[in-house]
Amino acid sequence: MNRPVPSTDPAISLTGVTVAYGEVLALDGVDLTLGAGLVHGLVGMNGSGKSTLFKALMGRVRLTGGEVRLAGVTSDAARAAGLVSYMPQAENVDWDFPVSVREVVMMGRFGHQDRMRRIRAADRAAVADALAEVELTHLADRQIGRLSGGQKKRAFLARAMAQEAQILLLDEPFAGVDRPSEDTIIRLLRSLAAQGRTLVVSTHDLAGLPNLADDVVLLQQRVIAHGTPEDVLRPETLGLAFGAPAVSGAGR
Amino acid sequence: MSWWDYLIEPWQHEFMLRAILVTTVAAVVAAVLSCWLVLIGWSLMGDAVSHAVLPGVVLAYLLDLPFAIGALIFGFAAVALIGAVSRGSKVKEDAAIGVVFTTLFALGLVLISVIPSQTDLNHILFGNVLGVLDVDLLQVVVLGALTLGVTLYKRRDLTLYAFDRAHAHVIGLNVRWLDTLLLGLLAVTVVVGLQAVGVVLVVAMLIIPGATAFLLTERFSRMLVIAPVVGGLCSLAGLYISFYADTSPGGTVVLAQGTLFTLVYLFVPEKGVLAKLMARSRSVAA
Repeated sequence: MNRPVPSTDPAISLTGVTVAYGEVLALDGVDLTLGAGLVHGLVGMNGSGKSTLFKALMGRVRLTGGEVRLAGVTSDAARAAGLVSYMPQAENVDWDFPVSVREVVMMGRFGHQDRMRRIRAADRAAVADALAEVELTHLADRQIGRLSGGQKKRAFLARAMAQEAQILLLDEPFAGVDRPSEDTIIRLLRSLAAQGRTLVVSTHDLAGLPNLADDVVLLQQRVIAHGTPEDVLRPETLGLAFGAPAVSGAGR
Repeated sequence: MSWWDYLIEPWQHEFMLRAILVTTVAAVVAAVLSCWLVLIGWSLMGDAVSHAVLPGVVLAYLLDLPFAIGALIFGFAAVALIGAVSRGSKVKEDAAIGVVFTTLFALGLVLISVIPSQTDLNHILFGNVLGVLDVDLLQVVVLGALTLGVTLYKRRDLTLYAFDRAHAHVIGLNVRWLDTLLLGLLAVTVVVGLQAVGVVLVVAMLIIPGATAFLLTERFSRMLVIAPVVGGLCSLAGLYISFYADTSPGGTVVLAQGTLFTLVYLFVPEKGVLAKLMARSRSVAA
């Protein structure tokens, strides 16, 4: 079930990671160490570099400087070993695409399959388990766009679970999600962390962070603060990134 | 003549047999590929590649090479140029596509006018399906089979690529390679379709069957069956009509595809225009 991880601790480390788009610095010397088996919240304003940070972790953007290591290896090697999973933001998904929920979850299994991606019994079982975990078994044959906002997020979470990735990157998993779905997702994320997976969750929902995250990274091109939710969510700390006076309970 | 005689008659001519074979192979191969192209949003790219191959075809005739080689080289050159223009300047991609493919198409027209040759411009532009030579037939069948084989072998990777590039990248697939593969398949399919319908209309075969199938189903695996059936049936219907009505074969085949798309667009349950109108009038009446 669990693939061997080259090195467990820390799961993610960035040293001096800098990304420039033309003359604009999206990330400016980010140093960050994220431990394994934890849920890490990632907060910051729009344009603070959260998306770029995800892209850097996924190896989807060329680093101007610095280094990214995932589970002790380079980002390329981590991807090749199937260690990384990514849940996209809702607006980056084509919801009219003719695939069923089950087929989307099956896409998490490609790394376990041969070059033709033939589906084996183990793949079917992993997909069925993941669907059951996120409580979507009864909707498995629905076209992916015919789900509610929360169900869509759970479908993509199931894909990451079926992949059995060690590092899960989740981009705004609570946007457009109703309260019950949010609670389900938080519970699932916590249980994944309890199994030793490492989760990085970007969110605008500051109020929900204490229930979700073990620690929080406040980003504004650089790491402004990194600590427990209580520490980072203090108004004087938030003010550094969101601009003073900090709004209490911003986002909700 | 009974209806049976009408049905049999075209098959008794060698030139019609070849026409049916070439058109059906081209339509089926293009239809399969069209399923991905319409989902990715590469219709304009298909148009661009098909027009841009013109100078390649002309030069291939001049150098006495198989026209597939010239077409492939210019197909890839067009894609590279489009990428270079849109990345290397602030010109948006659709404008870059428009600049590159029209310029290459124009280059082809100029080459035809200055190079003395037996090739008939009309045959390249609109196809020459009634004058298929053995070598053309061989090219179409071999390239068609090759394209279809590679496409179906890589179908799951291509579908993931079309649906979610970020995930494809993250799980270790080589997205850039899939990009190139799909462009290559597109270029080869254009070459396969040239003989049947010509450079101007080949893009229809690369879009319409996939778009029709997309309206009919929410399952990609079913699109992969419906699209080639649509493409194949429209080829047959178009060639029959063209045989008896003495119309342009390529034009009639594409017209058949367009007509079928229109019918589906209007009458498909739930998603169709008619169904939506009826639903609206019901909700107004209620």
